Amino acid sequence: MSTTDTKINTSVGQADFFSLSEQKRYARHFALPGFGQEGQARLKSGSALVIGAGGLGCPALLYLAAAGVGRIGIVDGDRVEESNLQRQVLFTTGDLGKPKAEAAKCRIEALNPHIQVEAFDRVLNSENALDLIRDYDVIVDGSDNFPTRYLVNDACVILEKNLVYGAISAFEGQVAVFNWLMETGERSPNYRDLFPEPPEPGAVQNCEEGGVLGVLPGIIGSMQANEALKILSGYEAPLHSRLFIMDAATLRTMTLKFKKQYFDPIEKLIDYEGFCGVPLPGSDKITQMAPETFKSLMNAEAACFLVDVREPEEHDQGNLGGINIPLGVIREQAHLIPSDQPVVVYCQSGRRSRHAILQLQGMGFKNLLNLSGGMDGQL
Amino acid sequence: MKINVLAFGIAREILGGPQRQITLPEGATVADLRRLLETEAPGLKRLRSWAVAVNSEYAENALALQPGDEIAVIPPVSGG
Repeated sequence: MSTTDTKINTSVGQADFFSLSEQKRYARHFALPGFGQEGQARLKSGSALVIGAGGLGCPALLYLAAAGVGRIGIVDGDRVEESNLQRQVLFTTGDLGKPKAEAAKCRIEALNPHIQVEAFDRVLNSENALDLIRDYDVIVDGSDNFPTRYLVNDACVILEKNLVYGAISAFEGQVAVFNWLMETGERSPNYRDLFPEPPEPGAVQNCEEGGVLGVLPGIIGSMQANEALKILSGYEAPLHSRLFIMDAATLRTMTLKFKKQYFDPIEKLIDYEGFCGVPLPGSDKITQMAPETFKSLMNAEAACFLVDVREPEEHDQGNLGGINIPLGVIREQAHLIPSDQPVVVYCQSGRRSRHAILQLQGMGFKNLLNLSGGMDGQL
Repeated sequence: MKINVLAFGIAREILGGPQRQITLPEGATVADLRRLLETEAPGLKRLRSWAVAVNSEYAENALALQPGDEIAVIPPVSGG
């Protein structure tokens, strides 16, 4: 902010003065009935944390920054990849390989120098979530996996934070605002009132598996920004107690009303990887066994217990030995797996075996190794 | 009674298309609808939580369905 800018008074107090440069920048908001300088001043003194600088986070961050939200946090532990650029509009080809949180910070600081931006280059987890979320007025969830969605939801319930939810897959998107303080004095329903339990691992495809229309997160992420801006500036009540669904292919939309229906107390964060049976990206607690190590182990004929978690037909067509317990029944048949010696779990690619290990770890197993690359990775 | 069910997201694949017509006895509830759909399309069970909307409102299991109700099956979505 330039020191030569003149300041004007607004009715909301000394801290919310706008420099001349800010007055020019936000002139269209000032002119907007129901928004005005007061709404803009509330944005300036407000803060938002965007979880995930991906398809949804990118457009949300652009509009929150452009609109003048005073302090914006970005949490993402990923690096920019080429397959992101089809929809993650904050990044350029020159950003490939850079930490997303840092690259996003650079981009939105360049867009609006009047705001404060904080980058957190890390994966949100049960250890850091409460500390990160506590510091912000509004949380925007643009994450891409179920463990993070339940983690963000529960943390926002515990801390009584407004949560702007958005999710996409293929051509369809969903938007809702959770935990809004309603006129009744109660908090509006949350994610668990819609979906109390996560799907079985692999039952719902993510964008990597099922694809996603590039412009869809542009629409849904912009709608999330709109809801966050409503909450911060107050021009309208946000989309609470309702779930908006849109199909970008047919433009069919639906707004579903929903109520509180999950009554178990949410008082502390849990192990969301175990709860969902899938790992948080980048925070793997699974010990991998390299194909080289496995090969030398086999050559040495060392005593090693093997579990193939593929389907019986796949096992019969060729396997590395050991017993066959398909992923779908791993919990039911866990008693067949010893807990007092190292056990190597494998599948075709190393993916199903990771899911199996997570579920077994949730049951107390501590002796499991994942065969990296599975059958496909064998030397 | 014949009832038209709209499917969103992954439920489209599981139910074999964006719409599906089903037949339920008069007085059937949302719980009956869920049971029938899970029998006809067992993939729904793998979702564990899937929402049923009746006339654009989240429907609890006890709700009795009426002919002409607009029903939607809404699965969880995780992508971002």
